[in-house]
Amino acid sequence: MALQASDLNVGDTYTERLVEDLKRTQIVMYAGASGDYNPVHTDEVFTKEVAGYPSVFAHGMLTMGMTGKMVTNYVGDGRLTEYGVRFTSQVFPGDTLDATATVVGVSNGIVDLDISTVNQNGDEVLKGSAKARVDD
Amino acid sequence: MVEDVADLPVRAYRKAYPPSGATFAKLRRCGAAAASVTQTHTEGRNMAVEKFTVEASHIMMFARSVGDDNQVYYDEDYAKDTEPGSIIAPPTFAQASAQFDPNYGLRPSIDGDGWFGSGGKPSGAKPREGGGGGGGGGGGGLHAEQRFIYHRHMKPGDVLSATTKPGKTWEKQGRRSGKLVFSESVTEYRDQNGELVVTAIGVGVRTERPVDQG
Repeated sequence: MALQASDLNVGDTYTERLVEDLKRTQIVMYAGASGDYNPVHTDEVFTKEVAGYPSVFAHGMLTMGMTGKMVTNYVGDGRLTEYGVRFTSQVFPGDTLDATATVVGVSNGIVDLDISTVNQNGDEVLKGSAKARVDD
Repeated sequence: MVEDVADLPVRAYRKAYPPSGATFAKLRRCGAAAASVTQTHTEGRNMAVEKFTVEASHIMMFARSVGDDNQVYYDEDYAKDTEPGSIIAPPTFAQASAQFDPNYGLRPSIDGDGWFGSGGKPSGAKPREGGGGGGGGGGGGLHAEQRFIYHRHMKPGDVLSATTKPGKTWEKQGRRSGKLVFSESVTEYRDQNGELVVTAIGVGVRTERPVDQG
C-alpha cells in the first residue's frame, strides 16, 4: 500500500524492529549474498587477533539493508526514489535493532523522511534520509 | 587496465587508502605482508563492473540476508499484481554487484592466491592486490556513508554495467580513531539500453587505528 500525501503530517513516525539478537549466521548470509567476504565480518579469529576488534561485526551495508526493509514496508514497493545513510556506530552479534522513519516534509508527490536505527542501548548505529513517491 | 581501476565504492576507498602503519605492523606480526596498493584514479569514469546480470534467485538470497520476507522480492506471481508489476530488487541490492567483479578484493580467490582471513594461523596470507589489507578492520577503510538514487528499481533480466568516478575527499579529527580521511565515489548503474537505473554514492573512511570500543 502506498502512502497518501493527505494522510501524512510532519512528525509522523513509523518504527519496526529489524533484528533481535543478531546472529553471526545472518552476517554470514549477508556476506554470501553481497559478495563482501571481508573476514572482519565473519572470521572471529582474524577479527580479534589481527584486526583488533572485540568480535566480528556486521557490514554497514547489512544494517542499511535491514533498515531498508522498514523504509519499503512504510512507503510501499517500488516507491523509493532516494535512500542514504551514515554509519554512526558498529553493529555486533547480539545486537537488537529498531529503525524509525520520521516524516520531515511532503511536497510535489514526494515524502521526505529522516531515518534512524538504534541498538538495544539506545545508541544510534545508522542515521539517514529517504525520499519516496506518495499518492496525492 | 580494467583490474586497476576503481570498481565498487568501498573497494575504491580500500584501494586508494591502504591500512595504516599500525595495521601493517599487526599484519606483519601475524606473518602477512603489507598490501601493495597503488592509486590509479584518473579523471572521468572508470568501468567498475562490466556485466552485472540481475537474477531472481540472487535477489531472493539477498532479501533473505537482510531479513526481508516481502514477496515482491521472490514470488513472481505475487509481484505481477503489485505496483512494480514484477519482482524488483531491495533498495541496497546494487551493492551485490561485487559478485560480478572478477577481481573483487574482498572475496577469496579460487586460484590459490591466498586469503587474509584465518586458516591455520590468525591471518592466512597477504591480501591480494587491491584487497586493501585489513579492509574494514584494523584501521583500514571503513564504509562511512552510502546513498542510492533510484531512477527505477532493478529487476530480473536487467543486464547492468557500472562506472565509477572519484568524488571529493576530506579530513576530520576523530575522537575514537585518530585522524579520519574520507573519500567519496559515485557509481552509475546503467541497463542494456544505456538507461541510468541507480546512482550510488559511497563514502569510505580510513582511520589511523581501529575504532576504540566503549
